[in-house]
Amino acid sequence: MKSIIGRKIGMTQVFLEKGNVVPVTIVEAGPCRIIEVKDEAKHGYCAAQVGFIECAKEKTFNKPYIGIFKKKGLPVYKVLREIEIPNETEVKAGDYIKVDIFEKGDKVSVSGITKGKGFQGVMKRHRFKGGPDSHGSMFNRAPGSIGASSFPSRVWRGQRMAGHMGNERTTVKNLTVIDVLPEQNLIMIKGALPGANNSIVEIRKEG
Amino acid sequence: MNLMSVVQERYKREIPDFSVGDTVRVHVKVVEGDKERIQPYEGIVIGRRGSNINETFTVRKISFGVGVERIFPLHSPTIDKLEVIKRGAVRRAKLYYLRDKKGKDAKVKDKERK
Repeated sequence: MKSIIGRKIGMTQVFLEKGNVVPVTIVEAGPCRIIEVKDEAKHGYCAAQVGFIECAKEKTFNKPYIGIFKKKGLPVYKVLREIEIPNETEVKAGDYIKVDIFEKGDKVSVSGITKGKGFQGVMKRHRFKGGPDSHGSMFNRAPGSIGASSFPSRVWRGQRMAGHMGNERTTVKNLTVIDVLPEQNLIMIKGALPGANNSIVEIRKEG
Repeated sequence: MNLMSVVQERYKREIPDFSVGDTVRVHVKVVEGDKERIQPYEGIVIGRRGSNINETFTVRKISFGVGVERIFPLHSPTIDKLEVIKRGAVRRAKLYYLRDKKGKDAKVKDKERK
């Protein structure tokens, strides 16, 4: 088992044995319940559909969604995701995935939905320099030239411009697991993760 | 924030009660090569900032005529022991004015025992 679904709790700092201070993000990871196993023969690829955060109020969801769980005789989960599992892994519906699949020192990739920033200009969105703020400058935060003249007589595709920023799936790779607390289902990962607190993230072991 | 404090409590240490103006002796673990020894550092606490696991404090002392300030994370494992030598009576939270004082002026009055 290589991946797990978690909920971002927030950031803090902790000490290593030598006294180094490390910034960490705390994630409540799992327990995830396997709802359905997809295999090579039937579905053409290997994966497991997993549920996370058991839901007390079924009314929140529509009947087709509840049916997915009822069919297997499992409780309804708030979050339903598919995670990759290695070929020929011995798992069946109803199994749990817990945070103890990770250990201290592991390298992980974490995916999540970044905070939405709305419509942003080029300085924030693409880190353009902009112009001087004062001394009579009238070129403050504008993008500047967006291309040449008679050739190509149009704007090249992919030209970086202002537009919607954030609220997209992002993966941060090569993060170190600082500690795992299996009793509380918590995992501490060095550095920042995409998304706001309480947002859902996917943690995958690297390699 | 509940799960957050679960993690933070694990890294917290027993800290004696001390405040700004107190004279403290901090026993710092120093690693030299592969050996570790304890080095005491004594001075006046001129400030505390932050809260929870992030809290730090600044200790000022005059070493061979030169003012030295060290900032310690309150819960750092490099602190072997923290002793309060003297309680000081001060009226502000940060004693940065001590930096501009010399000799007798750079002293903090003792707190009267209740």
